[in-house]
Amino acid sequence: MSLLQFTEKGIYCERANVYIDPWKPVNYAIITHAHADHSRWGNKFYLCHHLSKPIIQHRLGGDIHIESMEYLEKKSINGVEFSFFPAGHIIGSAQVRVAYKGEVWVASGDYKLEDDGFSTPFEPIKCNTFITECTFGLPVFKWQDQKEVFEDINNWWRKNKEEDKVTILTGYSLGKAQRLIQGVDPSIGKIFTHGAIEKTNEIIRNMGVGLNETTYVTPEINKKDFKGALVIAPPSALGTSWQKKFQPFEVGIASGWMKMRGPRRRRSVDRGFVLSDHADWDGLNTAIKATECEKVIVTHGYTNIFSKWLNDQGIETQIEATEFEGEQLEATEKTDAE
Amino acid sequence: MKNFVHLFTQLDQTTKTLKKVAALVDYFNDTSEEDKLWTIAILSHRKPKRTVRTALLREWSAAAANVPLWLFEESYHIVGDLAETMALMHPNLESKHDKSLSEWIDFIIELKDLEEQVSPSSSDALQTKKERVLWAWNQLDETERFVFNKLMTGGWRVGVSQKLMTRALAKHSGIEENTLSHRLMGNWRAETTSYHQLIVASDPADKISQPYPFYLAYAIEVDPQELGNTDTWMAERKWDGIRGQLIVRENQLFVWSRGEELVTDKFPEFEMLTKALPNGTVIDGEIIAYENGQPLGFNVLQSRIGRKNVSKAILKKAPVLMIAYDLLEINGIDIREKPMHYRRSELEKLVKESASEKLLISELVEFRNWEDLVKERANSRQHHAEGLMLKHKNGTYKVGRKKGDWWKWKVDPLTIDAVLIYAMRGHGRMANLYTDYTFAVWKGDELVPFTKAYSGLTDKEINQVDAFVKRNTVDRFGPVRSVKAELVFEIAFEGIARSSRHKSGVALRFPRMFRWRKDKPANEANTLDDLEKLLNLYG
Repeated sequence: MSLLQFTEKGIYCERANVYIDPWKPVNYAIITHAHADHSRWGNKFYLCHHLSKPIIQHRLGGDIHIESMEYLEKKSINGVEFSFFPAGHIIGSAQVRVAYKGEVWVASGDYKLEDDGFSTPFEPIKCNTFITECTFGLPVFKWQDQKEVFEDINNWWRKNKEEDKVTILTGYSLGKAQRLIQGVDPSIGKIFTHGAIEKTNEIIRNMGVGLNETTYVTPEINKKDFKGALVIAPPSALGTSWQKKFQPFEVGIASGWMKMRGPRRRRSVDRGFVLSDHADWDGLNTAIKATECEKVIVTHGYTNIFSKWLNDQGIETQIEATEFEGEQLEATEKTDAE
Repeated sequence: MKNFVHLFTQLDQTTKTLKKVAALVDYFNDTSEEDKLWTIAILSHRKPKRTVRTALLREWSAAAANVPLWLFEESYHIVGDLAETMALMHPNLESKHDKSLSEWIDFIIELKDLEEQVSPSSSDALQTKKERVLWAWNQLDETERFVFNKLMTGGWRVGVSQKLMTRALAKHSGIEENTLSHRLMGNWRAETTSYHQLIVASDPADKISQPYPFYLAYAIEVDPQELGNTDTWMAERKWDGIRGQLIVRENQLFVWSRGEELVTDKFPEFEMLTKALPNGTVIDGEIIAYENGQPLGFNVLQSRIGRKNVSKAILKKAPVLMIAYDLLEINGIDIREKPMHYRRSELEKLVKESASEKLLISELVEFRNWEDLVKERANSRQHHAEGLMLKHKNGTYKVGRKKGDWWKWKVDPLTIDAVLIYAMRGHGRMANLYTDYTFAVWKGDELVPFTKAYSGLTDKEINQVDAFVKRNTVDRFGPVRSVKAELVFEIAFEGIARSSRHKSGVALRFPRMFRWRKDKPANEANTLDDLEKLLNLYG
């Protein structure tokens, strides 16, 4: 019996009778992070990191049974030891380390290696079996230093401001949006937010986490006040009537998919910034090596290609189908914070 | 090349015409004549000839990125662009070159005569193609690498039409747009001319070639009954060819396409009209493939469009003529403000006097009442026409697409319900999305593929189909996925012909996805027999 198995409900630990990020309702769910494809509705009991808890409660309702713990803290269930390690994906995101009688599995959820200055930075864990995503598991995906990306964003914002335009920048409501808010230069101008994002901001601030000042876009705000400002919005707000009040504006998207010219042009926005909360090609390979694992299981992304590559490298790899989505290219919201 | 790459980035980042023109003007104002000439050449599809085989480039790129070739190929399928794949995959180093665009192009041209691979005996660096290409990749940053690769490999659509480029060049140079567009026609090469020779030196042929803007019809929106009295309208067949303007002035002939491109040399058969028509004549009509007293269908004409050289064999296989339907200039006088009936009667006289087998008059369709026309429209396919054109007898010849005096009344497309069985990723804007589909009809229990279709769906529907494809893949053959036979689409097309080149034995004209039949299960899609029936009726 494997320590973890892939069942139709999720990643299952039979010995402890718990699931990790189940996609169908179960009794006991250990959650890697608060994005909707990993923390779903309907489980009887949830365990997550402290910083994920209020967000999940907000999304799934205050009445769910949920407990949280700190990174490196251990919880033993029927002799199986569970602990969280930082995944660097978004605030509160964790890799789940599962150990039993010397055997160690790690379910990494989603992760990135670069320190984004907001999420707790990724830490590699030695293990026997490593469960990984590969959303950007192709050698064409190589991220720039985020410092350079934010320099580009700041320059673009400055230029728009000089032309008396509003700068609209999109990223999903939980994670990317806060990374943008925290990464831009707030001395350039005022930062406004869409409702979906401000709600998340509020929860995060209430946890005592610092975040640059933002103003929620309400109907009462005078149109003139938006001039030269930065508006952070979820991708789903693009092309809606909500956007009209910012005219004249320029629109940018911050996403790993903006690396490719096709998707960049398809969205027909003014600018595409390559900024992802997922590991790039080098990141995935580095992370896997650092685990010194004997076996890799890939769950979502370019699984066929990436597993073939790893097998060619002499790392035994198999694919398991899950219902995780990774970073979405089109305008779907991962976390509906409203 | 930095300023050219900057221009490219600006053009790539916007979809707004005004911004593109402004970026081009800024660039032209601030660049050398050599670079200007090459930029014009690139934007009018006159890149230098390929000097390195792409098979080698792939190999070198994969090796430099430290990935096996199969992984390179997989990545290429997803990125959908070879130059881009190579640019993205290469390790990033500091950009340090200071070569201009024309210097880089010379660099590429010079590769032509070099050895391909590094030979063990050659110890000097940069003696082979491989060494030079790798050196270039190491000098350039990612976007520069992309531009460099595009210059080195196949076609490049920058998203700037020749018209837009000409507009910007007109603003920059102060030379009129139509004059410039004429100067940019023909077989010039940047390798053998100069900016001054091409653009600035005046050309006496400029004025006499000048076409008139085309009058374009809208599709009729109302029941033709509502157009009123039948006496005030005339009807013609709507021919399926290329709209063209034929000009004879000062004993010279010019043929313009609707895109205001000079296509005289694509249609050498019209040369005889220089003598047959008086000077100062401008005719509007349709260029169609035609033989033995009847049109040959668009697929025949298509075989010669886009070819650089019109060979004798093509002239024989796809002979063309012009069906004339309007007269814009007679004896050097612009008569566009005269009523249709006047222009038409002058045109009839002119065509008759020309006595040329390459110029036919567009015959009027006789009708007494609108019911007659409904019948005539229904038999359009028998006449190899796309439908009818209705023109007001007193209407003037207008500029651009205008409502009122001209209406097109196309026949309804043929349709068939088919099952989606294969999907491939798109290219360019649709890269990384499954947008290219193959459809099949039933033959017993078997699905027989008969057409591909790429257009007709909204972006939202494409995303839904893309998600379906990814979740319902049955098998993969390279970039193609075979999917579960579940989705049914109504495929619309303009014509159907027997074809030996297609497995199913049929070729469709302009197939597109008309409707997603979410209401229909796959087993209710049409059969090969149904397709055969259409072929017998309209093929």
